[in-house]
Amino acid sequence: MTRKAAVLLAVPLLLALLPGEASAHIVKGEAIGFVSGFEHPISGLDHVIAMVAVGLWGAQLGRPAIWLLPVTFPLVMAFGGFLGLVGVPLPGSEIAIALSGLLLGGAVLLEARPPLQAAAALVGLFGLFHGYAHGSELPPGQNALLYSLGFVLATGLLHATGIGVGLVHRWDWGRYVLRGVGAAVLSGGAYFLWAALG
Amino acid sequence: MTGLRILAAVILPALALLAPGVAEAHLIATGMGPVYDGVTHFALSPEDILPVVALALFAGLKGPVHARAAAVALAAAWFAGGALALGGAMLPPLALAAASAAALMALGGLLASNLAVRPLWCAVVGAGLGLARGLADMSGVAGGLAPLGMLLGVCASVAAAFVLAASLTLPLRRFWMVVAARVAGSWIAALGLLLAGWILRYGAVVK
Repeated sequence: MTRKAAVLLAVPLLLALLPGEASAHIVKGEAIGFVSGFEHPISGLDHVIAMVAVGLWGAQLGRPAIWLLPVTFPLVMAFGGFLGLVGVPLPGSEIAIALSGLLLGGAVLLEARPPLQAAAALVGLFGLFHGYAHGSELPPGQNALLYSLGFVLATGLLHATGIGVGLVHRWDWGRYVLRGVGAAVLSGGAYFLWAALG
Repeated sequence: MTGLRILAAVILPALALLAPGVAEAHLIATGMGPVYDGVTHFALSPEDILPVVALALFAGLKGPVHARAAAVALAAAWFAGGALALGGAMLPPLALAAASAAALMALGGLLASNLAVRPLWCAVVGAGLGLARGLADMSGVAGGLAPLGMLLGVCASVAAAFVLAASLTLPLRRFWMVVAARVAGSWIAALGLLLAGWILRYGAVVK
């Protein structure tokens, strides 16, 4: 080995040893866990439109669906996430997720008013598949608690966004706007279903 | 100096220094003494804050008698659990992690369902939570006066956080306010369920 080659190797290695910020304390990685957990539900448009549609439909249906549906969805979604994490097989989750956008968008478009239990069961069923898809994709090495906290918060905020938009339902013009948003969600669901089947 | 000597004298020690090791950093030291270390420990531990807030919101919704019973039992049991741990009592990490997930599911579920219970049950739940979290917080910490001060700081923070959170829901009588608290409960229960999945998959991922 020539002296020049040895120096070329030694200098970068020594530079790598220069002291940098010591972030070895116990909270290292926690912000990453929360932020990546928060980003997960909002990183896929197929998930986003379905979760916003849950809020839209809840607002359209009024009490008690306005709060019962957004309570049902995160709980059943977390159960789906649990199944995904422990590796229970649940086939067809991508198709079910696409169908959720299609059917929930359709429900908002048509102002469907099924019995409360049926609406909660439909939302819960779709929540199961959404959670499963997230749970089976969770990356290892994250801070579990903060990741889950970010994940649940983002999901809940998407519902809240849907509810907030859905409150225009109280005005006549708002009802048409809401049905238009439902049509957009339905179109998105149809696109994702096409992609999932193709 | 030849190339081989440079390699032996500089590069090999440099490479040895670059080998990854475990960062044995301190827990949390504020520089303001053990009591404030304890306060900071609680403030930076979501696994402590979340169940305390869930129980406080639930007990607050039930009324002041329930909230008082739970507050006293929680803080006293937290201190007892911490003292037991300082005395050498220990639980396996997996049991502590499972207890954290179970506490979030149970307390979130209680809050979401807004179940009607007697004040005694609030106290019992608070005592169970306090004992488990006190044990978890102080497990592996050597006994002595400083850790006892830290435990006092943690317990004072627990009591303060509980009273503040309970005082948020005590006056809630409007429909949407109660609903907001119950929705928060469902989110906390969902969090516990996800955490249980993480634990089953990866082991004791939380203390």
